[in-house]
Amino acid sequence: MLRRAVADPTIPLFARLIVALQTFFRIVADGRYARRVLRLEAGATTPNQVSPTGAQSVQPVRDLRPALQLLSVLQREGRLVDFVQQDILSFSDADVGVAARVVHEGCRRALQRVVQFAPVQDEMEGNAITVPEGYDATRILFTGNVSGTAPFRGVLRHRGWRASTVKLPDIIGDIDCTLVAPAEVEL
Amino acid sequence: MSESNTTSDAGCIGIDLGTTHTALAEVTWGKSGLPRVQVVPVPQLVDQGAFEAQQLLPSFVYFAHNSEAHLALPWDKSRRHSVGEYARRRAVQAPGRVVSSAKSWLSHSGIDRRTAVLPAAAPPDVERISPVEASFRIIDHLCEAYRSLERPGGELSDQEVVLAVPASFDAAARDLTLEAALAAGLENVHLLEEPQAALYAWIESMGAQFRNHLHVGDVVLVVDVGGGTTDFSAMLVQERDGELELLRVAVGDHILLGGDNMDLALAYALKSKLEHAGHTVDPAQLSALCHAARHGKEELLSRPDLDAIPVAIAGRSSQLLGHALRTEVTRQEVETLLLDGFFPKVPVTARPEQRARTALTQIGLPYASDAAITRHLAEFLGRQASAIPGGNLPGSVVPSDFLKPTTLLFNGGAFKCNLFRERVLSNINDWLAQAGCPPVRVLPGEDLDLAVARGAAYYGAVRRGSGLRIRGGTARAYYVGIESPMPAVPGVQPPVAALCVVPFGVEEGTACDLPEQVFGVLVGQPVTFQFFGSSVRRDDRAGTLVDPIAPKEIEELSPIEIVLPAENRAPGDIVAVRLQASVTSVGSLLLEAVPLTPAVSNERWKVELSVRGAGL
Repeated sequence: MLRRAVADPTIPLFARLIVALQTFFRIVADGRYARRVLRLEAGATTPNQVSPTGAQSVQPVRDLRPALQLLSVLQREGRLVDFVQQDILSFSDADVGVAARVVHEGCRRALQRVVQFAPVQDEMEGNAITVPEGYDATRILFTGNVSGTAPFRGVLRHRGWRASTVKLPDIIGDIDCTLVAPAEVEL
Repeated sequence: MSESNTTSDAGCIGIDLGTTHTALAEVTWGKSGLPRVQVVPVPQLVDQGAFEAQQLLPSFVYFAHNSEAHLALPWDKSRRHSVGEYARRRAVQAPGRVVSSAKSWLSHSGIDRRTAVLPAAAPPDVERISPVEASFRIIDHLCEAYRSLERPGGELSDQEVVLAVPASFDAAARDLTLEAALAAGLENVHLLEEPQAALYAWIESMGAQFRNHLHVGDVVLVVDVGGGTTDFSAMLVQERDGELELLRVAVGDHILLGGDNMDLALAYALKSKLEHAGHTVDPAQLSALCHAARHGKEELLSRPDLDAIPVAIAGRSSQLLGHALRTEVTRQEVETLLLDGFFPKVPVTARPEQRARTALTQIGLPYASDAAITRHLAEFLGRQASAIPGGNLPGSVVPSDFLKPTTLLFNGGAFKCNLFRERVLSNINDWLAQAGCPPVRVLPGEDLDLAVARGAAYYGAVRRGSGLRIRGGTARAYYVGIESPMPAVPGVQPPVAALCVVPFGVEEGTACDLPEQVFGVLVGQPVTFQFFGSSVRRDDRAGTLVDPIAPKEIEELSPIEIVLPAENRAPGDIVAVRLQASVTSVGSLLLEAVPLTPAVSNERWKVELSVRGAGL
């Protein structure tokens, strides 16, 4: 730490020691100041952007851990990452078929534990259905000749999928979630 | 409603401490005052850093290598061992560091169950643990995991816990199970035989309807084929004071044979097919084959439209394409290997083949030498022909040459395959038809994986009040070996007679009569006696001397040991004692030595049931 401070040409070491002492006591005494220092530490570009009212203008930190965790489960049980990362063009359909069975069986087993799927629409695909006025546009996507007014008549091409329940294991300890799969060394 | 007020506040917990899986259930009392049983999923490490509650806790214990990261749990960040799913996975990757099938080792009378022998395949630098400690680790995990759930009942140690053990466990194995539970801090513990637990679970699930299925005079046969063990029991439905009552009349021998053997048998067949095709199969792939075999077996046996199921397994490297192996499980393989191998059609006179063991090999589990479960069943029914007082079924034309069940309850994961059930059923019905008896009725609606845990929890509720109770007492009579007095002849072992100290069917909380036989015990030195058990001799009283010992009826168990502390006697003195047995309220056997001339009033000394570890 000291070595890095010495290497920094902008402010002399002694001046920085004084700044450090001053900020130390101000952090202890002033909660709002402490919060600003925290934001600075968290990577906010400049403290000037913090609004004086204290309103939340900080970007929400996206937690990527569950996504990586799911990838890890699909790799562990179904070799999904191995499969996708390999160049498929140089292999025969027979080879791809065998690998696909490994991926399908494992990922299916893993997904069954993690997610329960339900179709968005219960009708048979290929059947004509009527979509009433006031439908939920997030649940139904129109394709083809999208025009006219409700009720809409069309053919159900895809029933859709909805995750009715999702259950991922809890993450405990200092686990590096970017490790989708550890390297394996046989002794 | 008043009943819920009269019961104690503590809840009831049932634990199925299985060979391959452990499960936990609890009883809560609803507003109606009726007990409600629910399975409690067990939180466990499922991967490094991934923690999840699952219905089954694999009965595996993994010990991390020093260089590995901590196996952190929410309640212990620096844990060095792990119980459950992660341990099960590591069993494939690092088999030398994983303890599995601890329960089978616990009942292995050929070894000292308190010395550290597990993992059996451990490299020299792995610290080994005893079968008792392995069981303790699993129960201890249940305690910790349950605590983390913060359920209204509090901790496991605050509640009444019913531990299910195989009916075929002898007194020593039952004792060791209790020892593991006590070490984990469980004090209010009771033991229950697993087939009884399965029947309790069925009774609970049927509610009042069970009366439509069970009638006075019925003989219920429970066939329990779990992952690692096969267990048979028979219960008689009788009437007492106008109420139905179940009496457990017979239990089978301990058979180390189960669903895992079937999967392994099929996996080895697949392995040899792959090897014939020029591939090599490593241990991880063999484990994947086991998994595929289980899946293929269940699919093929439940879907008559399929003739074969393709099996694909990955190699170890990240190169999946081009390195995955493909083979298939065919219907014919499943039928010849599993159906005919494990459930062949046999006559009722069939008996398991006793293959001579190859010399003294290294310590291993005494697996059943005959894989045919139906032959073991025929032997059980044959041995227990006289289990029911006053003969068997009215109307049977042939004398009772085997025990004739009227009702059948299946239990254990192996019976998820319908064809296995049908094969067991058709065997029994053929035997009954030849004896002129009607076919058995199969009790509907069992819960194959979780029944034992559920039934054990429900038994806790039954102990507190109403509900049909299964009685039966000890499943064996126990004997102490007595050397017949004869002049010493070099090279000739003096013949041994067996003195009955515990008769068959002693109920919990009962003391047996004090036999007249007097033993001389050296003060201050351990003295061992041969110890025997019999699951068929029902008429011996405490004090009955069986001479000579009939080897088909009486089997030798681990010896027992008495150490008489000196008190105010001189070391080296010989003190005359008599042996008294009682069955504790917990369900364990207590043997005590009572001096004829006590040094202090009411003097008695506990006799150790399994001595080989007593020096520890």
